[in-house]
Formats: sequence, C-alpha cells, structure tokens
Amino acid sequence: MSGNLAQAYAPLLIHLLVALGLSAILLILSSLIGQHRPTREKMQPYECGITPVGDAREPFDVKFYLVAMVFILFDVEAVFLYPWAYVFRELRWFGFTEMLLYILILLAGYVYLWKKGALDWNPSKTQRDRQT
Amino acid sequence: MNVIMPYVLPVLFALVIVALLPLLAGYIVLVERKVMADMQVRLGPMRVGPHGLLQPIADAVKLLLKEDIIPENADRLVFWGAPLISVTAAMLALAALPIGPFFQIADLNIGLLFILGVSSLGIFGIVLGGWASNSHYSLLGALRSAAQLVSYETSAGLAIVGALLLAGTLSTRGIVQAQSATGWWFIFVAPVGFFIYLVASIAETNRAPFDMPEAESELVAGYMTEYSGFRWALYFLAEYTNMIVVASIATTLFLGGWLRPFANTPLFNFLDYLPPLLMLGVAGYCFWRAPKQPVAVQKMFMVAVGLLCIALTLALAMPLAAPAGSLLASSKAGIHGAFWFLFKVAAYIYVFMWLRFTFPRYRFDQLMRLGWQFLVPLSIVNVMGMGLGLALHRQLNWPAAPALILGIVLTLAAGAYLLATGEKHEHPRVGEEEETSVDA
Repeated sequence: MSGNLAQAYAPLLIHLLVALGLSAILLILSSLIGQHRPTREKMQPYECGITPVGDAREPFDVKFYLVAMVFILFDVEAVFLYPWAYVFRELRWFGFTEMLLYILILLAGYVYLWKKGALDWNPSKTQRDRQT
Repeated sequence: MNVIMPYVLPVLFALVIVALLPLLAGYIVLVERKVMADMQVRLGPMRVGPHGLLQPIADAVKLLLKEDIIPENADRLVFWGAPLISVTAAMLALAALPIGPFFQIADLNIGLLFILGVSSLGIFGIVLGGWASNSHYSLLGALRSAAQLVSYETSAGLAIVGALLLAGTLSTRGIVQAQSATGWWFIFVAPVGFFIYLVASIAETNRAPFDMPEAESELVAGYMTEYSGFRWALYFLAEYTNMIVVASIATTLFLGGWLRPFANTPLFNFLDYLPPLLMLGVAGYCFWRAPKQPVAVQKMFMVAVGLLCIALTLALAMPLAAPAGSLLASSKAGIHGAFWFLFKVAAYIYVFMWLRFTFPRYRFDQLMRLGWQFLVPLSIVNVMGMGLGLALHRQLNWPAAPALILGIVLTLAAGAYLLATGEKHEHPRVGEEEETSVDA
C-alpha cells in the first residue's frame, strides 16, 4: 500500500522540485545579468512620488477578519460536501435527506449572518444606525 | 530498473510542462494584447517579429536584464520567497490535470481536492508579498486580494460539488470518463454550476471586471507595487498559470476534458479531420503572408512558424491515416485528446479576455456583495437542486431530463429571488430609506 502511495505522489514531488528549480534558476539568472545601481530614492517604497508617510504596517479594517472567519465556516462546510458527493449514489434517500438537513442548517446560519449585516461590505445608513 | 521506470514519464512531463509554461504565458499575453487591439480597432504589437510574434521573447529578455529592487524597509526573506510560493503553487496544480488521456503527471484518486487545496496556497504568496513590501499600496492590494480570493473560493468549491455529484469520483480522469460514458458534458447537465464556476474563476484569477487587487487607478499595482524585474515576472507567470489552471479545471469538470464534441456519435466522426485541417490552414496563412513581411528575418520567422504548423498537421493527421491496430493509430486518442483539451482551455481563456474588454470594473463592495449575497447562496441551492434531480432520477427512476430540469428550474427560481432582493437592497424605493431612518 505504501508503495502505491509513493508511486502516486512521487510525481507531484518531482513536479514541485522542477517548478521550484525553474523559478530559482530564473531568479538567479536575473540577479547575475541584471544591473544593480541602488540609490537612496530607489530603495524607498513607492508612494506616488512623495516621501512615504509613516510605516505601512498599520492596523487595518476589521472587516477583513470577518470575511476570513465567514470564509472558514463556509469553506469547511463546502469541503464536507465532497465526501457526500462521492458516496451519493450508494447512500440513496438517506444521504439526500441528511444533506438536505445539513444544508438547511447551513442556510439558517447564512441568513443569520446576512441579517446581522456581516456580509455587507458597506452597511447602509439604516443598518449603521441600528448597530449603534 | 523497475524501481525507476514508473518515474521516467512523470519527470519528462513535469519538465515539459514547467519549461513550456513561461512561453505559453508569454504568448497568452501577446494574444490578449492582440485581442484587445482588435476589439479597440487597433493593430496591437507589430514591430518585434511578424505580427509581434517575437514580442514575448523580447519581453522575457528585458525582464531578465531589469534591475531587481528590494525596498530598504522590506522584510527581505519574505519578499524573496513570496513570488516563489505563488508560482510554485500555481504550477503544482497543473500536475493532477489530464491533458488528454495519456499526458498526466499524477492521476490521484483525490485529484480535484488536491488541485483546490494547492491552488488556494497561492493566496499566501500574494498576502506575504504585499505585507513584506512595507508599502501602503501593497498592503491594501494584498488584503483586498485575499478577501476577494477567499470569497469566491467558497462559491467555486460549492459549484464543483454539482459536477462531483454527477461523476461520483474526485479523480480528474474519472470525471472525464464519466462524461464520456453518459455522452453528456456536465455543462449541459449542470449549467448553473458552470455559470457560477465561470464567474468565480474570473474573480479568483484577479481579472477584469474583478481586478480590484490591481486596480491601477486606485492602488497603482496592488500587491506587486514594489516588485520589479524578474520577481514581478514570477507573479505575472503565477497569474497566467492560474488562468490556465482554472480553465483546465472548468474544461475537465464541465466541458468534457479531452473528449471531442459528439465523441460517442459515429455520424460526427468527420470532426476528427478538423484539427489537422485547422493546423494546415494556419500553415497556409503563414506561407501566404511570409513574402509580404517587410524584413528578411521576419519572412524567415513566418516560414518557420508555417513549418511548425505543418509538423503539427502531420502529427495530428498521421494517426488518422495509419492502418487500424498499428501503434501510430492507437496514439490518436492521446494526440487528438491533447488537441481538444488545449482547444477548450484556449476557448475558455478567450472568454476571459472577451469579458475583460467588455465590462467595466466592479466596485469593491459590489464585488463582495456579488460573491457573498448572490453566488454563495446560489451555489448552495444549486447543490440541493442537483441532489434532488439526481435522487429523483436514480431512486424513483424518473427519466433523467425532467428530473434534472426540475432541479435547475428550482435553482434558477432561487437565483431570481436573490436578484430581486439584492436589487431592492441596492436601490430602495424613494421614501423607504427615509422612513426607516426616522423610525430608528
């Protein structure tokens, strides 16, 4: 069994090494034949021509975290559907009803998120008022 | 000897694919510029080589010679590694896709799961690169990009479930074989799933009209603002490889993979002659245009391209002419399969370009709303609709057509409802908004 696994996955390892190797070779080649004339201005981060203001690692909008959290919820649930789809034929009605229940629970959570405004990037004025 | 033999072919395929990808990406860029020029009634690149055919090579050489700048405040190690992550993840995803029945690096029984997992890793390259640059534009671009990729990943993943239900396997080869067995490509059985995947795959490859992460007019160049020279080229390569990957996934899942149109109908066997004739036509055009090129080098290059097309014609025509049962005739499935697969991938990428030059860019909140409030619920309902249709067909022995059409109609009804509520949300009737705010 382990031999079969190695045979199935070794090509992937080879492909990974070849892909990494090509990118590395190209990078090294470009650093060898490319020119290097660093100046102080050139090494600054780009800010449309003006001197950069402050450090870029500032706190950012909490909405991005919210999106990430919602993503994890829904993507994990999507991945749960894959094994179900795989055995759908054998599970017959049992599988169908079970998944219907599962998706309905998922939809209930989704509707809750929607009503709470978690899916709105720019909450409308009324929603902002309601939240405060 | 037996220990090494099984790995020879994969190594060969890996080398060929990895070596061809940069070239392929370069030529997709050229085709994109040509298509754009055509749609805007211009000529596009014409100077480097006949009809700009050597432009990608010139670009690659230029990028190699460019100065490679790392900003002084950047995190050097992460800055160095981020493009490598992106490009490797994109290339690795190609390993599990069958380009024709014979050309496949690894036929995994969890192929599709592997492709989805690995291609999601590319997000790391983008986020790390944007963060490491230590520039405001890069950070904003990276965050937007991550939020966008993550949002559409969900609907793409759910859209795929529909095709999985039909195939009952995660192996990419098995999915194509299932389409071959029923004779119906899954796009005709699961059109809603294909539509969701099409939209989601455009957003996942950061292309217009969803090219928010690199919106030039807002964020300079998004997460790659600080990248220059060949590091930038690696991001570029990753982006175009990702395009090829999503096009290949869509081809495998919905468009019948390496199958010829009407593969099971002997009446349409004349379609087998289409690939060599197409190549012959391109060759003829090259030979016809060659004397009209202004420079001798361009004439020679045009003839060389023509000869290449003649060689491809021979490769495609020989298995057809060879006597049945010979080795040459049995190679027909592989060669023609590869042709049809690449043809469909090219058509899918052409649709990408077409959409890019037709639609204006979305606003970021519109993009998030389309993703979370339309595509995600639609794809969830689509899974239910497909499940219902298949359960009726398989368990209650309904004929396939009415059962599946019932599922599709229910899904579309849900989609129409979503559209209607979304419309009301975006354009509230006059007075409605005011009333509620007075109440609050």
